[in-house]
Amino acid sequence: MSLWSRVANVFRGEKLSSEIAEEMDSHIAEAVEQGRDPEEARRALGRSYEQRRQREIGHEIRTVRWLELLSADIRFGWKQLKRNKVTSIVAILSLALAMGACIGAFRLMDALLWRPLPVAHAERIFAISREAYDQQGKPIRSDMWAYPSFSLMRDAVKDQAELIAVSPASRTDLTYSSDQEMEKANVQYVSGSMFGAFGLQPALGRLLTESDDQKPGAHPYVVLSHDYWTQRFGQDRQVVGRTLRMGNGIYEITGVIDGPFTGTEPGTMTDIFLPDMMHPAVTRSDSSWARTLVLVKPVAAKTGAGLEPLRQKLSAISRVFEEERAKGFTGADRIFFQKIIDATLLMEPAGAGISSLQEEYRKALGILAVLVVMVLLIACANVANLKMAQSAMRSREMALRVAIGAGRGRLVQMLLVENAMLAALAAGLGALLAWRSAPLVVSMIQSSDTPVRLLLYTDWRVLGFGAALVFCVLLLFGVLPALRASAVKPVSALKGGEDDPQSRRRLMHGMIAAQVAFCFLVIFISGLFVRTFESLANKPLGFAPDNLLLLDVVTQQGQPAVVWDQIADSLRSVPGVETVAIAGWPLVSGGNWNNFVSVGGAAPGPIMTSLLAISPGWAETMKIPLLDGRDFRAGDTAPGQAIVNLAFVRTFFDGKNPIGKTFQERENHYRVVGLVADAPYLNLKDAIVPVAYIPFHAVDAQGVAQAETQETFVVRTAGSNPLALASVLRKAIPQARAGFRVSDLRTQSEVVRAQTVRERLLAMLAAFFSFVALLLAGLGLYGVLSYSLQQREREFGIRIAVGAGIGDIAWQATSRIFLMVMTGAAIGAALGMASVRSVETLLYGVKGSDPVTLAGPALVLLVIALLSALPVIARASRIDPKMMLRAE
Amino acid sequence: MKKPDSLQGTLDLLVLKILSRRPRTHGYGIMAAVKDCSDDLLRVEEGSLYPALYRLEEAGWIRAEWIKKDTGRRARVYELTAAGKKQLGMEESRWLSASAAINQVLRTV
Repeated sequence: MSLWSRVANVFRGEKLSSEIAEEMDSHIAEAVEQGRDPEEARRALGRSYEQRRQREIGHEIRTVRWLELLSADIRFGWKQLKRNKVTSIVAILSLALAMGACIGAFRLMDALLWRPLPVAHAERIFAISREAYDQQGKPIRSDMWAYPSFSLMRDAVKDQAELIAVSPASRTDLTYSSDQEMEKANVQYVSGSMFGAFGLQPALGRLLTESDDQKPGAHPYVVLSHDYWTQRFGQDRQVVGRTLRMGNGIYEITGVIDGPFTGTEPGTMTDIFLPDMMHPAVTRSDSSWARTLVLVKPVAAKTGAGLEPLRQKLSAISRVFEEERAKGFTGADRIFFQKIIDATLLMEPAGAGISSLQEEYRKALGILAVLVVMVLLIACANVANLKMAQSAMRSREMALRVAIGAGRGRLVQMLLVENAMLAALAAGLGALLAWRSAPLVVSMIQSSDTPVRLLLYTDWRVLGFGAALVFCVLLLFGVLPALRASAVKPVSALKGGEDDPQSRRRLMHGMIAAQVAFCFLVIFISGLFVRTFESLANKPLGFAPDNLLLLDVVTQQGQPAVVWDQIADSLRSVPGVETVAIAGWPLVSGGNWNNFVSVGGAAPGPIMTSLLAISPGWAETMKIPLLDGRDFRAGDTAPGQAIVNLAFVRTFFDGKNPIGKTFQERENHYRVVGLVADAPYLNLKDAIVPVAYIPFHAVDAQGVAQAETQETFVVRTAGSNPLALASVLRKAIPQARAGFRVSDLRTQSEVVRAQTVRERLLAMLAAFFSFVALLLAGLGLYGVLSYSLQQREREFGIRIAVGAGIGDIAWQATSRIFLMVMTGAAIGAALGMASVRSVETLLYGVKGSDPVTLAGPALVLLVIALLSALPVIARASRIDPKMMLRAE
Repeated sequence: MKKPDSLQGTLDLLVLKILSRRPRTHGYGIMAAVKDCSDDLLRVEEGSLYPALYRLEEAGWIRAEWIKKDTGRRARVYELTAAGKKQLGMEESRWLSASAAINQVLRTV
């Protein structure tokens, strides 16, 4: 009989008995038919019937017994957990904290990095990028492609793969009715063929196809995501055929995607999909704006061997394209372009989608995961030590069990059940923690202008991870103590002696060393992150971001600079406004324009200059000191005049006075009229680049003023809270001039803070984890110290009786553990030194090899070790030898 | 009744052999077959037969099934499994070699 039928028998015991009886009855009937005496036949059968019953009952017992023992173990385990309430709570809480952090980190990493896109054949999606090396030999990578390059590649590899061009999702102003009701939505330009290739179905209307993506500007159709349709339109079925206006274009909604697909960028949920052909730069070879996804055909994907030829083919075509493009470039550094041409084409799996958020946080999350795992290991070592100390108390109980016949397997099972309950309780609590904490982290990544929306699922992937985690944790903290405890020698234990206390203590000491090593590592790494954040946050900016309000203002048709000046004038009269200036975009906001410039007719050098269009008074409003020359004034134009920063002077004029000198950017000539101090342009981390500020009054070759559709007003306010003026200024702009509208409103401080979001996140979480690690390590140390004190109370009593001093006793009680702490710290320091290279790219203004960064954790650990030793030493000093010896 | 293990080997062999000749036989039928085939020389008692049947079933050598008889009564019939057939071959050859050896001893001594 199979195990299954045995288990099944347990649940149909009644039926079984009646079946046996029936077979016996049929036997007797047969015998009677053959002319035998029924009584005699019954008697002959009697014993066999009994035996059969016995046998079946035996099976039942065997199966049921196992279940019964398990439930008895569970009841007993629960009783044990309740009896040692403090230990259990400490164990559960520390495991829950660590496991919760693990699950939270997993959810986050899964959602951002691993979860396949909800499309057909996500496993066959790859992304291609180009990698070149800059002057310093650092790799620069770009996964953005010019559309003409993309279409060449698409046509060339038609047979092996389907190529899809997707722009990054961008937050865009659009309206379903009038200008007054502008709203924002995430918009992504995609290949028309994407919907078919991804196997997406319409929930409503129709999706775009290849024929919606043929001629530049000729396909004003959009498709909505199901999520956006639900949020914005409440699933209104009339939405198909409605139009929306974006920029100057009118688009018609043709359909809604069925299912959870919200674009190819984890972290940003696309609301509206447009055909690539509607992108303004679709025909331009000099504008790289689309990522290229490669949906490999099954044959090539299956063998894997098909991938490399495909990559080479794509690489060859891309190289030809870049060579062709480079011919068009004059006046630029040849070496630079050769580098671009020689870039390697990389093809990597992108089944989980591809986004800059992934690139930015992949490493940071990886490091956090390592920290979290270390905290988990610390917690496991801690609980293992607690359990080990506990099992020492229970050694008599165990010995008794062995003496009355319990097998070792039974004892291990009993203890494992107890530990498994502990782990499961901790996991449950931890899951609650993770459920709350992961969205918190996502909200920390947010900054006002880049909303991050990450779908955090709780499904079989997370559950599976949780179950695996419980198993690992049980393995880590449960098995060793259980084996150790069950290996009692009843005779010595019952006699009152400890069975081999040395080996138990050695094990516990080893755990302490491991714990301290991990703890050191966690503190060391988080120290690096905290100092990185500090040095970024406290970095002198070169401008004063406080009290600066930034208004991104747009106007539909575009207006010349004089009109913008008039609006600035009217803002100046608003009470509470100190100064107002205009710039193309705010500093360190991500806006960027750079190019090679040439000085004195020479060929352009290898260093790029960043440019920014500004109005007169901008430097003053930003509080960037004017060092020489003058500010812009009315009548200055671009091309024409320029103000440069110190880095520009250092790079191009050997640090000599630049006023009156000229330079050339493309065909535009500029004369330097002013010199300002350095201020970061693109981000806080990079070294200051040469910057040329030019007047935002742009004129063409004939001197005709150019129309501008978008500028940023930089407003310095009087009060301490610049946002107090927000609503007034929002209203003031359309009042000043009809057709102008505030599209975005931020403070400069916010923009600066957004620069350090990742560093702050890392610093905060790492600091939190090192706090937890310290707490756990302290608890663990205290536990082991007090255990060993308890074991040696008698010995200390005798020592005191024969005249040992308190210092002596304290030394005796703690020296070995301090040795372990030292060992652990040394190992941790070695690990830290070894690992510092892998976190280097996330650091700023701090060196891993710095003695301070190593001394810090060592000092902290020493303090913690002393703190946890103090109560134990105090207790040791109170040992009364008379009491102790009399008790024996 | 004898202790089950002394006769167990031969009883198992007999039951397996009979079931290989007459599949789907019930307990009483097996008992009767042993009696018939051995010309009343061998008798299996119920007290030994049914435990043997259950043991064989548990070992996976025979399988049981309920059938409806003409009389309306249900009967439990047994037949060999593939493993049972293999077992029968083994037991048979073991018996033959053992009995040949015993015969030889009886003849030569």
